[in-house]
Amino acid sequence: MRPSRFYRPSMYLCGALLAAVVLGPFALLLLASVSPQAGLLGKPPDLWPDSPTLDRYAAIFTQAAGGVAGDFRVVLVNSLVVAGCSVAVSLVTGVLGAYAFARLRFPGRRLVLFVFMLTYMMPPLALVVPMYMTGAALGLLDTRTSLVVVYCSFTTPFVLWLLSGYFRALPAELEEAARIDGCGRVGALIRVVLPVARPGLISAGLLAFLMAWDEFFYALIFTSSPASKTVPVALAEFTGRYSLDFGLMAAGGLLAAVPPVLIALIFQKHITRGLAAGAVK
Amino acid sequence: MSLTLRRPASTAPPAAGARRGKVERQWPLALALLAPAMIVVFGVVLYPMGRTLVLSLVDATSALQTAFSFSGLSNYTALLSDSEFWATVWRTAVFTVFSTAVELAVGLLLAQFLNQRIRGQWFFRSLVVLAWALPTIVSANMWRWILHPEYGALNGLLMNLGLLDSYKDWVGGPTQALFVVALVDAWKTTPLVAILLLASMQTIGDDVYEAAAMDGAGAVRRFLSITIPMLKPAIAVVLVLRTIEAFKVFDIIYIMTRGGPDSGTTTIAFYTYLKAFSNQEFSLGSAAAYLTVLFIFVLSLVYLRMLRTDSGGTA
Repeated sequence: MRPSRFYRPSMYLCGALLAAVVLGPFALLLLASVSPQAGLLGKPPDLWPDSPTLDRYAAIFTQAAGGVAGDFRVVLVNSLVVAGCSVAVSLVTGVLGAYAFARLRFPGRRLVLFVFMLTYMMPPLALVVPMYMTGAALGLLDTRTSLVVVYCSFTTPFVLWLLSGYFRALPAELEEAARIDGCGRVGALIRVVLPVARPGLISAGLLAFLMAWDEFFYALIFTSSPASKTVPVALAEFTGRYSLDFGLMAAGGLLAAVPPVLIALIFQKHITRGLAAGAVK
Repeated sequence: MSLTLRRPASTAPPAAGARRGKVERQWPLALALLAPAMIVVFGVVLYPMGRTLVLSLVDATSALQTAFSFSGLSNYTALLSDSEFWATVWRTAVFTVFSTAVELAVGLLLAQFLNQRIRGQWFFRSLVVLAWALPTIVSANMWRWILHPEYGALNGLLMNLGLLDSYKDWVGGPTQALFVVALVDAWKTTPLVAILLLASMQTIGDDVYEAAAMDGAGAVRRFLSITIPMLKPAIAVVLVLRTIEAFKVFDIIYIMTRGGPDSGTTTIAFYTYLKAFSNQEFSLGSAAAYLTVLFIFVLSLVYLRMLRTDSGGTA
Protein backbone atom coordinates (compact mmCIF):
# COMPACT_ATOMS: atom_id res chain seq x y z
CA MET A 1 0.00 0.00 0.00
CA ARG A 2 1.71 3.14 -1.15
CA PRO A 3 0.04 6.22 0.27
CA SER A 4 -0.91 8.92 -2.20
CA ARG A 5 1.07 12.14 -2.21
CA PHE A 6 -1.81 13.92 -0.53
CA TYR A 7 -1.65 11.56 2.43
CA ARG A 8 0.99 13.30 4.52
CA PRO A 9 -0.13 16.89 3.96
CA SER A 10 -3.74 16.02 4.73
CA MET A 11 -2.70 14.14 7.89
CA TYR A 12 -0.73 17.11 9.17
CA LEU A 13 -3.67 19.36 8.34
CA CYS A 14 -5.80 17.16 10.61
CA GLY A 15 -3.09 17.36 13.26
CA ALA A 16 -3.00 21.15 13.04
CA LEU A 17 -6.79 21.29 13.40
CA LEU A 18 -6.61 19.04 16.46
CA ALA A 19 -3.89 21.20 18.00
CA ALA A 20 -5.94 24.35 17.40
CA VAL A 21 -9.11 22.91 18.93
CA VAL A 22 -7.29 21.61 22.02
CA LEU A 23 -4.61 24.23 22.57
CA GLY A 24 -6.62 27.31 21.47
CA PRO A 25 -8.90 27.45 24.51
CA PHE A 26 -5.94 26.57 26.75
CA ALA A 27 -3.92 29.46 25.35
CA LEU A 28 -6.81 31.86 25.97
CA LEU A 29 -7.05 30.65 29.56
CA LEU A 30 -3.30 31.09 30.04
CA LEU A 31 -3.44 34.62 28.61
CA ALA A 32 -6.41 35.51 30.81
CA SER A 33 -4.50 34.37 33.89
CA VAL A 34 -1.70 36.89 33.23
CA SER A 35 -3.80 39.79 31.85
CA PRO A 36 -4.61 42.72 34.14
CA GLN A 37 -8.25 42.84 35.25
CA ALA A 38 -8.96 46.13 33.43
CA GLY A 39 -7.93 44.61 30.12
CA LEU A 40 -10.04 41.50 30.70
CA LEU A 41 -13.15 43.60 31.30
CA GLY A 42 -12.59 45.74 28.21
CA LYS A 43 -14.68 45.46 25.06
CA PRO A 44 -13.17 43.67 23.28
CA PRO A 45 -10.97 42.18 26.04
CA ASP A 46 -7.25 42.85 25.79
CA LEU A 47 -5.72 39.37 25.77
CA TRP A 48 -2.26 40.43 24.65
CA PRO A 49 -1.24 42.61 27.60
CA ASP A 50 1.79 44.91 27.35
CA SER A 51 2.67 44.12 30.92
CA PRO A 52 1.63 40.56 31.82
CA THR A 53 1.14 40.02 35.51
CA LEU A 54 1.87 36.99 37.64
CA ASP A 55 0.16 38.64 40.63
CA ARG A 56 -2.67 36.11 40.72
CA TYR A 57 -0.34 33.13 40.94
CA ALA A 58 1.73 34.95 43.56
CA ALA A 59 -1.41 35.75 45.54
CA ILE A 60 -2.57 32.12 45.50
CA PHE A 61 0.78 30.96 46.85
CA THR A 62 1.53 33.72 49.34
CA GLN A 63 -1.68 35.44 50.42
CA ALA A 64 -2.81 34.62 53.95
CA ALA A 65 -5.72 32.21 54.20
CA GLY A 66 -8.99 34.12 54.40
CA GLY A 67 -8.72 35.92 51.09
CA VAL A 68 -10.09 34.39 47.89
CA ALA A 69 -6.61 33.68 46.52
CA GLY A 70 -5.12 32.49 49.81
CA ASP A 71 -8.05 30.17 50.42
CA PHE A 72 -7.51 28.64 47.03
CA ARG A 73 -4.15 27.31 48.22
CA VAL A 74 -5.82 25.72 51.26
CA VAL A 75 -8.41 24.21 48.95
CA LEU A 76 -5.73 22.75 46.65
CA VAL A 77 -4.24 20.99 49.68
CA ASN A 78 -7.71 19.69 50.63
CA SER A 79 -8.13 18.20 47.19
CA LEU A 80 -4.72 16.52 47.39
CA VAL A 81 -5.47 15.08 50.82
CA VAL A 82 -8.96 13.86 49.89
CA ALA A 83 -7.89 12.33 46.57
CA GLY A 84 -4.73 10.81 48.11
CA CYS A 85 -6.59 9.17 51.01
CA SER A 86 -9.33 7.88 48.68
CA VAL A 87 -6.70 6.28 46.46
CA ALA A 88 -4.90 4.69 49.41
CA VAL A 89 -8.06 3.17 50.88
CA SER A 90 -9.49 2.00 47.57
CA LEU A 91 -6.20 0.47 46.43
CA VAL A 92 -5.80 -1.62 49.59
CA THR A 93 -9.42 -2.77 49.74
CA GLY A 94 -9.65 -3.10 45.96
CA VAL A 95 -6.54 -5.25 45.61
CA LEU A 96 -7.77 -7.76 48.19
CA GLY A 97 -11.27 -7.91 46.75
CA ALA A 98 -10.04 -8.10 43.16
CA TYR A 99 -7.85 -11.06 44.02
CA ALA A 100 -10.80 -12.88 45.54
CA PHE A 101 -12.89 -12.30 42.40
CA ALA A 102 -10.05 -13.28 40.09
CA ARG A 103 -8.85 -16.45 41.76
CA LEU A 104 -11.34 -17.83 44.25
CA ARG A 105 -14.62 -19.66 43.85
CA PHE A 106 -17.25 -19.05 46.46
CA PRO A 107 -21.04 -19.01 46.69
CA GLY A 108 -22.60 -15.64 45.84
CA ARG A 109 -19.61 -14.55 43.79
CA ARG A 110 -21.65 -13.27 40.87
CA LEU A 111 -24.21 -11.65 43.15
CA VAL A 112 -21.57 -9.72 45.09
CA LEU A 113 -19.92 -8.61 41.85
CA PHE A 114 -23.31 -7.50 40.51
CA VAL A 115 -24.05 -5.45 43.63
CA PHE A 116 -20.64 -3.75 43.37
CA MET A 117 -21.40 -2.81 39.76
CA LEU A 118 -24.91 -1.69 40.68
CA THR A 119 -23.62 0.67 43.36
CA TYR A 120 -21.08 2.00 40.89
CA MET A 121 -23.78 2.77 38.31
CA MET A 122 -26.11 4.57 40.75
CA PRO A 123 -26.41 8.26 39.95
CA PRO A 124 -25.15 10.30 42.94
CA LEU A 125 -28.51 12.06 43.04
CA ALA A 126 -30.15 8.81 44.10
CA LEU A 127 -27.85 8.61 47.13
CA VAL A 128 -27.03 12.09 48.23
CA VAL A 129 -30.05 13.04 50.36
CA PRO A 130 -29.76 10.11 52.82
CA MET A 131 -25.98 10.50 52.79
CA TYR A 132 -26.40 14.14 53.75
CA MET A 133 -28.81 13.25 56.55
CA THR A 134 -26.46 10.54 57.87
CA GLY A 135 -23.50 12.89 57.62
CA ALA A 136 -25.41 15.50 59.62
CA ALA A 137 -26.34 12.94 62.28
CA LEU A 138 -22.71 11.82 62.63
CA GLY A 139 -21.38 15.38 62.64
CA LEU A 140 -19.33 14.68 59.52
CA LEU A 141 -20.70 17.43 57.29
CA ASP A 142 -18.16 19.93 56.02
CA THR A 143 -15.21 17.65 56.79
CA ARG A 144 -12.64 16.15 54.46
CA THR A 145 -13.33 12.79 56.10
CA SER A 146 -16.89 12.77 54.76
CA LEU A 147 -15.58 13.24 51.24
CA VAL A 148 -13.01 10.45 51.60
CA VAL A 149 -15.71 8.08 52.86
CA VAL A 150 -18.04 8.93 49.97
CA TYR A 151 -15.34 8.94 47.28
CA CYS A 152 -14.07 5.51 48.35
CA SER A 153 -17.54 4.16 47.67
CA PHE A 154 -17.05 4.77 43.95
CA THR A 155 -13.27 4.57 43.54
CA THR A 156 -13.18 1.14 45.25
CA PRO A 157 -15.56 -0.64 42.83
CA PHE A 158 -13.62 0.92 39.95
CA VAL A 159 -10.25 -0.33 41.28
CA LEU A 160 -11.79 -3.70 42.11
CA TRP A 161 -13.17 -4.08 38.60
CA LEU A 162 -10.02 -2.96 36.83
CA LEU A 163 -7.69 -5.12 38.92
CA SER A 164 -9.80 -8.28 38.90
CA GLY A 165 -9.55 -8.23 35.12
CA TYR A 166 -5.84 -7.56 35.42
CA PHE A 167 -5.20 -10.35 37.91
CA ARG A 168 -7.21 -12.83 35.85
CA ALA A 169 -5.00 -12.14 32.84
CA LEU A 170 -1.88 -13.09 34.82
CA PRO A 171 -0.84 -16.75 34.55
CA ALA A 172 -1.98 -18.76 37.56
CA GLU A 173 1.22 -20.83 37.40
CA LEU A 174 3.12 -17.92 38.96
CA GLU A 175 1.26 -18.23 42.22
CA GLU A 176 1.10 -21.98 42.13
CA ALA A 177 4.88 -22.11 42.10
CA ALA A 178 5.03 -19.74 45.06
CA ARG A 179 2.44 -21.74 46.93
CA ILE A 180 4.30 -24.96 46.40
CA ASP A 181 7.27 -23.15 47.92
CA GLY A 182 5.19 -22.67 51.04
CA CYS A 183 3.48 -19.33 50.57
CA GLY A 184 -0.17 -19.04 51.53
CA ARG A 185 -2.63 -17.40 49.19
CA VAL A 186 -2.14 -14.00 50.77
CA GLY A 187 1.63 -14.48 50.79
CA ALA A 188 1.56 -15.33 47.09
CA LEU A 189 -0.61 -12.29 46.40
CA ILE A 190 1.77 -9.93 48.14
CA ARG A 191 5.08 -11.46 47.06
CA VAL A 192 4.31 -12.70 43.57
CA VAL A 193 1.13 -11.17 42.14
CA LEU A 194 1.53 -7.55 43.25
CA PRO A 195 5.03 -7.02 41.85
CA VAL A 196 3.94 -8.44 38.48
CA ALA A 197 0.73 -6.41 38.54
CA ARG A 198 2.48 -3.11 39.13
CA PRO A 199 1.38 -1.51 35.85
CA GLY A 200 -2.22 -2.38 36.68
CA LEU A 201 -1.89 -0.95 40.20
CA ILE A 202 -0.48 2.26 38.76
CA SER A 203 -3.33 2.58 36.24
CA ALA A 204 -5.96 1.91 38.88
CA GLY A 205 -4.44 4.26 41.44
CA LEU A 206 -3.98 7.13 39.00
CA LEU A 207 -7.45 6.83 37.50
CA ALA A 208 -8.96 6.70 40.98
CA PHE A 209 -6.98 9.84 41.86
CA LEU A 210 -8.30 11.64 38.81
CA MET A 211 -11.89 10.60 39.59
CA ALA A 212 -11.59 11.97 43.11
CA TRP A 213 -9.84 15.16 41.94
CA ASP A 214 -12.60 15.83 39.40
CA GLU A 215 -15.57 15.07 41.64
CA PHE A 216 -17.88 18.03 42.07
CA PHE A 217 -21.41 17.08 43.05
CA TYR A 218 -20.83 15.47 46.47
CA ALA A 219 -18.26 18.11 47.35
CA LEU A 220 -20.75 20.85 46.48
CA ILE A 221 -23.41 19.33 48.75
CA PHE A 222 -21.17 18.28 51.65
CA THR A 223 -18.64 21.06 52.06
CA SER A 224 -18.90 24.79 52.57
CA SER A 225 -15.92 26.13 54.50
CA PRO A 226 -12.35 26.48 53.19
CA ALA A 227 -11.32 23.88 55.77
CA SER A 228 -12.90 21.12 53.71
CA LYS A 229 -13.83 22.54 50.30
CA THR A 230 -12.14 20.97 47.28
CA VAL A 231 -10.88 22.59 44.10
CA PRO A 232 -14.00 22.06 41.94
CA VAL A 233 -16.21 23.72 44.58
CA ALA A 234 -13.83 26.67 44.89
CA LEU A 235 -13.76 27.04 41.11
CA ALA A 236 -17.54 26.87 40.92
CA GLU A 237 -17.70 29.91 43.20
CA PHE A 238 -16.18 31.93 40.41
CA THR A 239 -19.50 31.60 38.61
CA GLY A 240 -21.31 33.07 41.59
CA ARG A 241 -19.74 35.30 44.18
CA TYR A 242 -16.68 36.32 42.18
CA SER A 243 -18.34 35.94 38.81
CA LEU A 244 -16.34 38.64 37.03
CA ASP A 245 -12.88 37.74 38.31
CA PHE A 246 -12.01 35.82 35.16
CA GLY A 247 -8.28 36.27 35.70
CA LEU A 248 -8.22 34.57 39.10
CA MET A 249 -10.60 31.90 37.75
CA ALA A 250 -8.13 31.25 34.93
CA ALA A 251 -5.10 31.10 37.24
CA GLY A 252 -6.88 28.84 39.71
CA GLY A 253 -8.22 26.65 36.92
CA LEU A 254 -4.78 26.19 35.41
CA LEU A 255 -3.28 25.30 38.79
CA ALA A 256 -6.13 22.83 39.36
CA ALA A 257 -5.33 21.27 36.00
CA VAL A 258 -1.63 20.78 36.76
CA PRO A 259 -1.79 17.55 38.83
CA PRO A 260 -4.15 15.62 36.52
CA VAL A 261 -2.50 16.86 33.33
CA LEU A 262 0.99 16.01 34.59
CA ILE A 263 -0.13 12.58 35.75
CA ALA A 264 -1.87 11.88 32.45
CA LEU A 265 1.05 12.98 30.31
CA ILE A 266 3.74 11.22 32.35
CA PHE A 267 1.81 7.97 32.74
CA GLN A 268 0.10 8.16 29.35
CA LYS A 269 0.47 4.43 28.62
CA HIS A 270 -0.86 3.35 32.01
CA ILE A 271 -3.77 5.75 31.75
CA THR A 272 -4.90 4.79 28.26
CA ARG A 273 -4.62 1.08 29.00
CA GLY A 274 -6.48 1.49 32.27
CA LEU A 275 -9.26 3.48 30.59
CA ALA A 276 -9.70 0.87 27.89
CA ALA A 277 -9.72 -2.02 30.35
CA GLY A 278 -12.00 -0.21 32.80
CA ALA A 279 -14.56 0.73 30.17
CA VAL A 280 -15.49 -2.85 29.38
CA LYS A 281 -18.17 -3.44 31.95
CA MET B 1 0.24 -0.35 22.85
CA SER B 2 -1.80 -3.41 22.30
CA LEU B 3 -4.84 -4.29 24.22
CA THR B 4 -7.53 -6.87 23.96
CA LEU B 5 -10.91 -6.26 25.48
CA ARG B 6 -11.38 -8.58 28.38
CA ARG B 7 -14.38 -10.71 28.97
CA PRO B 8 -16.58 -9.92 31.94
CA ALA B 9 -15.86 -11.50 35.27
CA SER B 10 -18.58 -14.09 35.03
CA THR B 11 -16.63 -16.03 32.41
CA ALA B 12 -13.55 -16.37 34.58
CA PRO B 13 -11.62 -19.61 34.33
CA PRO B 14 -12.01 -21.97 37.28
CA ALA B 15 -9.70 -21.21 40.16
CA ALA B 16 -6.33 -22.90 40.24
CA GLY B 17 -6.98 -25.00 43.30
CA ALA B 18 -10.23 -26.37 41.97
CA ARG B 19 -8.68 -27.33 38.66
CA ARG B 20 -6.29 -29.74 40.31
CA GLY B 21 -9.21 -31.41 42.00
CA LYS B 22 -8.03 -30.43 45.44
CA VAL B 23 -10.89 -29.82 47.81
CA GLU B 24 -10.30 -26.37 49.19
CA ARG B 25 -12.76 -24.35 51.20
CA GLN B 26 -12.29 -21.00 49.60
CA TRP B 27 -15.22 -19.01 50.90
CA PRO B 28 -13.77 -18.06 54.31
CA LEU B 29 -10.71 -16.62 52.60
CA ALA B 30 -12.85 -14.95 49.92
CA LEU B 31 -15.00 -13.35 52.59
CA ALA B 32 -11.97 -12.12 54.48
CA LEU B 33 -10.46 -10.62 51.33
CA LEU B 34 -13.72 -9.04 50.23
CA ALA B 35 -14.83 -7.75 53.61
CA PRO B 36 -12.84 -4.47 53.54
CA ALA B 37 -14.16 -3.51 50.10
CA MET B 38 -17.69 -4.51 51.04
CA ILE B 39 -17.56 -2.41 54.20
CA VAL B 40 -16.15 0.60 52.35
CA VAL B 41 -18.67 0.41 49.50
CA PHE B 42 -21.84 -1.30 50.72
CA GLY B 43 -21.56 0.35 54.12
CA VAL B 44 -21.76 3.73 52.46
CA VAL B 45 -24.06 3.11 49.50
CA LEU B 46 -26.63 0.43 50.29
CA TYR B 47 -28.46 2.31 53.03
CA PRO B 48 -28.81 5.51 50.97
CA MET B 49 -29.94 3.42 47.98
CA GLY B 50 -32.76 1.89 49.98
CA ARG B 51 -33.51 5.08 51.86
CA THR B 52 -33.95 7.06 48.65
CA LEU B 53 -36.32 4.38 47.40
CA VAL B 54 -38.33 4.74 50.59
CA LEU B 55 -38.28 8.53 50.32
CA SER B 56 -39.68 8.23 46.81
CA LEU B 57 -42.67 6.33 48.21
CA VAL B 58 -43.55 8.74 51.06
CA ASP B 59 -44.30 12.43 51.37
CA ALA B 60 -41.04 13.89 52.71
CA THR B 61 -40.72 17.63 52.26
CA SER B 62 -37.95 18.32 54.76
CA ALA B 63 -34.58 16.85 55.54
CA LEU B 64 -35.44 16.79 59.22
CA GLN B 65 -38.85 15.20 58.93
CA THR B 66 -39.06 11.95 60.87
CA ALA B 67 -42.69 10.84 60.47
CA PHE B 68 -43.85 10.11 56.96
CA SER B 69 -47.04 8.82 55.51
CA PHE B 70 -46.80 6.21 52.81
CA SER B 71 -48.01 7.56 49.51
CA GLY B 72 -47.51 4.63 47.20
CA LEU B 73 -46.48 5.48 43.70
CA SER B 74 -48.09 8.92 43.83
CA ASN B 75 -44.73 10.71 43.54
CA TYR B 76 -44.00 8.75 40.41
CA THR B 77 -47.42 9.36 38.89
CA ALA B 78 -47.13 13.02 39.81
CA LEU B 79 -43.87 13.25 37.87
CA LEU B 80 -45.08 11.19 34.95
CA SER B 81 -48.14 13.39 34.51
CA ASP B 82 -46.14 16.61 34.84
CA SER B 83 -45.40 18.25 31.49
CA GLU B 84 -42.36 19.98 33.03
CA PHE B 85 -40.86 16.56 33.83
CA TRP B 86 -41.37 15.35 30.27
CA ALA B 87 -39.86 18.58 28.92
CA THR B 88 -36.84 17.73 31.09
CA VAL B 89 -36.71 14.19 29.73
CA TRP B 90 -36.92 15.56 26.19
CA ARG B 91 -34.05 18.00 26.83
CA THR B 92 -31.99 15.17 28.33
CA ALA B 93 -32.68 13.06 25.25
CA VAL B 94 -31.66 15.90 22.92
CA PHE B 95 -28.51 16.54 24.95
CA THR B 96 -27.64 12.84 25.06
CA VAL B 97 -28.26 12.10 21.39
CA PHE B 98 -26.52 15.23 20.15
CA SER B 99 -23.45 15.07 22.40
CA THR B 100 -23.06 11.30 21.96
CA ALA B 101 -23.41 11.57 18.17
CA VAL B 102 -20.77 14.30 18.01
CA GLU B 103 -18.47 12.40 20.35
CA LEU B 104 -18.83 9.16 18.43
CA ALA B 105 -18.41 10.71 14.97
CA VAL B 106 -15.48 12.94 15.89
CA GLY B 107 -14.06 10.27 18.18
CA LEU B 108 -14.00 7.70 15.36
CA LEU B 109 -12.23 10.08 12.98
CA LEU B 110 -9.85 11.15 15.74
CA ALA B 111 -9.03 7.55 16.65
CA GLN B 112 -8.44 6.76 12.98
CA PHE B 113 -6.08 9.75 12.80
CA LEU B 114 -4.26 8.75 15.99
CA ASN B 115 -3.81 5.26 14.56
CA GLN B 116 -1.81 6.54 11.55
CA ARG B 117 1.92 5.95 11.53
CA ILE B 118 3.06 9.50 11.05
CA ARG B 119 5.94 11.36 12.54
CA GLY B 120 5.06 13.36 15.65
CA GLN B 121 2.15 11.08 16.50
CA TRP B 122 3.24 11.11 20.16
CA PHE B 123 2.51 14.85 20.17
CA PHE B 124 -1.03 14.43 18.79
CA ARG B 125 -1.77 11.61 21.22
CA SER B 126 -0.49 13.78 24.08
CA LEU B 127 -2.86 16.56 22.99
CA VAL B 128 -5.81 14.21 23.27
CA VAL B 129 -4.70 12.97 26.69
CA LEU B 130 -4.20 16.59 27.78
CA ALA B 131 -7.77 17.54 26.84
CA TRP B 132 -9.10 14.43 28.57
CA ALA B 133 -7.20 15.17 31.80
CA LEU B 134 -8.45 18.74 32.17
CA PRO B 135 -10.88 18.67 35.13
CA THR B 136 -14.51 19.05 34.03
CA ILE B 137 -15.03 22.10 36.20
CA VAL B 138 -11.98 23.83 34.71
CA SER B 139 -13.23 23.08 31.21
CA ALA B 140 -16.73 24.35 32.06
CA ASN B 141 -15.34 27.53 33.67
CA MET B 142 -13.07 28.09 30.70
CA TRP B 143 -15.91 27.84 28.20
CA ARG B 144 -18.23 29.92 30.36
CA TRP B 145 -15.70 32.74 30.15
CA ILE B 146 -14.86 32.25 26.45
CA LEU B 147 -18.57 32.34 25.55
CA HIS B 148 -19.50 35.08 28.03
CA PRO B 149 -21.88 37.56 26.32
CA GLU B 150 -20.13 40.67 27.66
CA TYR B 151 -16.57 39.76 28.57
CA GLY B 152 -15.98 36.59 26.57
CA ALA B 153 -12.89 35.94 24.50
CA LEU B 154 -14.85 34.56 21.54
CA ASN B 155 -16.87 37.74 21.01
CA GLY B 156 -13.68 39.78 21.43
CA LEU B 157 -11.71 37.69 18.93
CA LEU B 158 -14.48 37.67 16.33
CA MET B 159 -14.90 41.45 16.70
CA ASN B 160 -11.17 42.02 16.27
CA LEU B 161 -11.17 39.85 13.16
CA GLY B 162 -14.12 41.79 11.80
CA LEU B 163 -16.31 38.69 11.65
CA LEU B 164 -18.89 40.08 14.04
CA ASP B 165 -20.61 43.49 14.13
CA SER B 166 -21.96 43.24 17.64
CA TYR B 167 -21.57 40.97 20.64
CA LYS B 168 -23.56 37.75 20.55
CA ASP B 169 -25.03 35.91 23.51
CA TRP B 170 -23.88 32.37 22.69
CA VAL B 171 -26.00 30.77 25.38
CA GLY B 172 -28.85 33.28 25.10
CA GLY B 173 -31.71 31.15 23.80
CA PRO B 174 -32.90 28.02 25.62
CA THR B 175 -32.50 25.65 22.66
CA GLN B 176 -29.22 27.19 21.54
CA ALA B 177 -27.84 26.97 25.09
CA LEU B 178 -28.65 23.26 25.24
CA PHE B 179 -26.67 22.59 22.07
CA VAL B 180 -23.77 24.78 23.19
CA VAL B 181 -23.57 22.97 26.52
CA ALA B 182 -23.67 19.64 24.68
CA LEU B 183 -20.79 20.81 22.49
CA VAL B 184 -18.75 21.81 25.54
CA ASP B 185 -19.44 18.33 26.91
CA ALA B 186 -18.26 16.90 23.59
CA TRP B 187 -15.04 18.95 23.71
CA LYS B 188 -14.27 17.44 27.08
CA THR B 189 -15.34 13.86 26.34
CA THR B 190 -14.44 13.17 22.71
CA PRO B 191 -10.81 12.50 23.76
CA LEU B 192 -12.00 9.69 26.06
CA VAL B 193 -14.09 8.20 23.25
CA ALA B 194 -11.12 8.42 20.89
CA ILE B 195 -8.81 6.74 23.43
CA LEU B 196 -11.27 3.86 23.90
CA LEU B 197 -11.83 3.40 20.16
CA LEU B 198 -8.11 3.64 19.44
CA ALA B 199 -7.34 0.84 21.91
CA SER B 200 -9.79 -1.36 20.06
CA MET B 201 -8.59 -0.25 16.61
CA GLN B 202 -5.05 -1.30 17.47
CA THR B 203 -6.18 -4.89 17.83
CA ILE B 204 -7.15 -5.07 14.14
CA GLY B 205 -4.28 -6.63 12.19
CA ASP B 206 -2.64 -4.90 9.25
CA ASP B 207 -3.13 -8.01 7.10
CA VAL B 208 -6.91 -7.48 6.98
CA TYR B 209 -6.42 -4.02 5.53
CA GLU B 210 -3.76 -5.16 3.14
CA ALA B 211 -5.95 -7.94 1.79
CA ALA B 212 -8.80 -5.47 1.28
CA ALA B 213 -6.49 -3.01 -0.46
CA MET B 214 -5.33 -5.78 -2.82
CA ASP B 215 -8.96 -6.38 -3.71
CA GLY B 216 -9.19 -2.72 -4.66
CA ALA B 217 -10.96 -1.30 -1.58
CA GLY B 218 -10.16 2.40 -1.09
CA ALA B 219 -9.45 4.04 2.26
CA VAL B 220 -13.07 5.06 2.86
CA ARG B 221 -14.30 1.62 1.93
CA ARG B 222 -11.78 -0.02 4.26
CA PHE B 223 -12.87 2.27 7.09
CA LEU B 224 -16.57 1.51 6.56
CA SER B 225 -16.29 -2.21 5.83
CA ILE B 226 -13.51 -3.24 8.19
CA THR B 227 -12.86 -0.70 10.91
CA ILE B 228 -16.46 0.11 11.84
CA PRO B 229 -17.71 -3.51 12.02
CA MET B 230 -14.63 -4.58 13.99
CA LEU B 231 -15.20 -1.73 16.43
CA LYS B 232 -18.83 -2.66 17.11
CA PRO B 233 -18.23 -3.95 20.66
CA ALA B 234 -16.18 -0.87 21.52
CA ILE B 235 -18.83 1.40 20.02
CA ALA B 236 -21.45 -0.36 22.15
CA VAL B 237 -19.37 0.28 25.25
CA VAL B 238 -18.96 3.94 24.34
CA LEU B 239 -22.69 4.36 23.71
CA VAL B 240 -23.63 2.82 27.06
CA LEU B 241 -21.00 4.77 28.99
CA ARG B 242 -21.82 8.09 27.34
CA THR B 243 -25.57 7.65 27.76
CA ILE B 244 -25.16 6.97 31.46
CA GLU B 245 -22.86 9.97 31.82
CA ALA B 246 -25.19 12.22 29.82
CA PHE B 247 -28.07 11.32 32.14
CA LYS B 248 -25.88 12.25 35.08
CA VAL B 249 -24.44 15.44 33.58
CA PHE B 250 -24.44 18.11 36.25
CA ASP B 251 -21.14 20.00 36.58
CA ILE B 252 -21.14 21.62 33.14
CA ILE B 253 -24.72 22.79 33.47
CA TYR B 254 -24.23 24.06 37.02
CA ILE B 255 -21.22 26.11 35.95
CA MET B 256 -22.32 27.35 32.54
CA THR B 257 -26.04 28.01 32.77
CA ARG B 258 -27.52 26.86 36.11
CA GLY B 259 -30.20 25.16 34.05
CA GLY B 260 -31.23 28.34 32.23
CA PRO B 261 -32.13 30.30 30.22
CA ASP B 262 -35.84 29.50 30.65
CA SER B 263 -34.96 26.01 31.95
CA GLY B 264 -33.47 25.37 28.50
CA THR B 265 -30.55 23.38 29.92
CA THR B 266 -32.37 21.78 32.85
CA THR B 267 -31.71 18.15 32.08
CA ILE B 268 -32.90 15.37 34.35
CA ALA B 269 -29.97 15.41 36.77
CA PHE B 270 -30.21 19.16 37.25
CA TYR B 271 -33.99 18.95 37.56
CA THR B 272 -33.61 16.32 40.29
CA TYR B 273 -31.08 18.52 42.05
CA LEU B 274 -33.41 21.53 41.93
CA LYS B 275 -36.35 19.50 43.23
CA ALA B 276 -34.40 18.06 46.14
CA PHE B 277 -32.16 20.95 47.12
CA SER B 278 -33.84 24.17 46.00
CA ASN B 279 -37.48 23.22 46.44
CA GLN B 280 -36.89 20.75 49.31
CA GLU B 281 -39.23 18.33 47.55
CA PHE B 282 -37.21 15.34 48.65
CA SER B 283 -39.78 12.74 47.71
CA LEU B 284 -40.27 14.06 44.21
CA GLY B 285 -36.52 14.38 43.82
CA SER B 286 -36.02 10.79 44.98
CA ALA B 287 -38.67 9.52 42.59
CA ALA B 288 -37.00 11.44 39.74
CA ALA B 289 -33.65 9.88 40.71
CA TYR B 290 -35.11 6.37 40.56
CA LEU B 291 -36.79 7.10 37.24
CA THR B 292 -33.32 8.10 36.00
CA VAL B 293 -31.95 4.77 37.18
CA LEU B 294 -34.77 3.04 35.30
CA PHE B 295 -34.08 5.03 32.11
CA ILE B 296 -30.37 4.25 32.25
CA PHE B 297 -31.04 0.56 32.85
CA VAL B 298 -33.51 0.23 29.98
CA LEU B 299 -31.35 2.20 27.54
CA SER B 300 -28.26 0.13 28.40
CA LEU B 301 -30.20 -3.06 27.68
CA VAL B 302 -31.51 -1.70 24.38
CA TYR B 303 -28.03 -0.71 23.22
CA LEU B 304 -26.53 -4.04 24.14
CA ARG B 305 -29.33 -5.83 22.27
CA MET B 306 -28.90 -3.63 19.22
CA LEU B 307 -25.15 -3.98 19.04
CA ARG B 308 -24.70 -7.53 20.18
CA THR B 309 -22.13 -9.18 17.98
CA ASP B 310 -22.22 -12.72 16.63
CA SER B 311 -19.31 -13.72 18.83
CA GLY B 312 -21.45 -13.18 21.91
CA GLY B 313 -20.11 -9.68 22.53
CA THR B 314 -19.46 -8.25 25.91
CA ALA B 315 -23.10 -8.29 26.93
